[in-house]
Amino acid sequence: MLLISIITFVLLGLSFLFDVQKTLKGIKKGLTMFMNLLPVLLLMLAFISIVLFLVPNELLIRYMGQDAGIEGWVMAALLGSVALIPGFIAYPLCGVLIKSGVAYTTIAVFITILTMVGLVTLPLEAKFFGWKTSIIRNLLSFIAAIFIGFIMSLFL
Amino acid sequence: MKHLKKYTFSFIFLALVGLSYIFGFAAGNQIGMNFWMFAKEMFLFLPLMFVLIGLFDVWVPREKIEKHIGEESGWKGTGLVILLAMLQAGPLYGAFPFAYLLWKKGSSIKNIFIYLGAYSTMKIPMLTFEVGFLGLKFSLLRTLITLPVFIIIGYLMEGYLKDKNFEVKQP
Repeated sequence: MLLISIITFVLLGLSFLFDVQKTLKGIKKGLTMFMNLLPVLLLMLAFISIVLFLVPNELLIRYMGQDAGIEGWVMAALLGSVALIPGFIAYPLCGVLIKSGVAYTTIAVFITILTMVGLVTLPLEAKFFGWKTSIIRNLLSFIAAIFIGFIMSLFL
Repeated sequence: MKHLKKYTFSFIFLALVGLSYIFGFAAGNQIGMNFWMFAKEMFLFLPLMFVLIGLFDVWVPREKIEKHIGEESGWKGTGLVILLAMLQAGPLYGAFPFAYLLWKKGSSIKNIFIYLGAYSTMKIPMLTFEVGFLGLKFSLLRTLITLPVFIIIGYLMEGYLKDKNFEVKQP
């Protein structure tokens, strides 16, 4: 986070030194994209904040259960696709889930889905890739995550 | 006016959060806090990232990138996009603008989706977190199994999209 800020400002400074016109064009281009996405982003964040409130950690633990079977994975996968939890919350949460008896393989499915599949971010993804492609990518990733859980269960 | 219309629901949401604060409605307050937590990250991180993307776009010529990660780049190109993804940080929606940029600079379809896969599951900042909370063995095993899986997804997506006029649009 800090790193990306520093990199951006250093590059911005260098860019200004070399070519002011080009730099302004770049900035304008970037910020136009940001402004165009802003309405969808705000809606997405509003939706996530409501979901995060309605689904407390205890609920996740209860639903993912203790057994590592396909049922636990599917549950973890479904929860992971609707949730959009940033990493700095997700990993401590997974630590808690492990301690309360959720299987490692279930966690693997949950983490993979959480990071690769985003139902909530789908409208945003569709702005770049179109709806059909986005849905296919998410579906493939969903299946892949369950497959990853299965392979991991052979090792853990 | 038409511009502001797109923000209608966001305005209503913020108004409700504001009212919750004034009248001490706990649920609304909690939702407002959640929103603030995400919004903070978004407003600090995303504009900078988009500026970075804009700069990259005007300075780096297509031919330079296409040679390395385009149709003819082979395994080296795939390795490069994975490396690029691993060095980044941030949520998945932060990867879409970068994917657009890679596409614009001539990346192959396969490498676009491999980039998204690597970005979501193998970012180094995320891995350090994972090792800390879930252990090295878990993290290593998950990464090694996930790597071939999202490469396969890349090939599948390319196979499906190849003759469908696929493009990554500028939002």
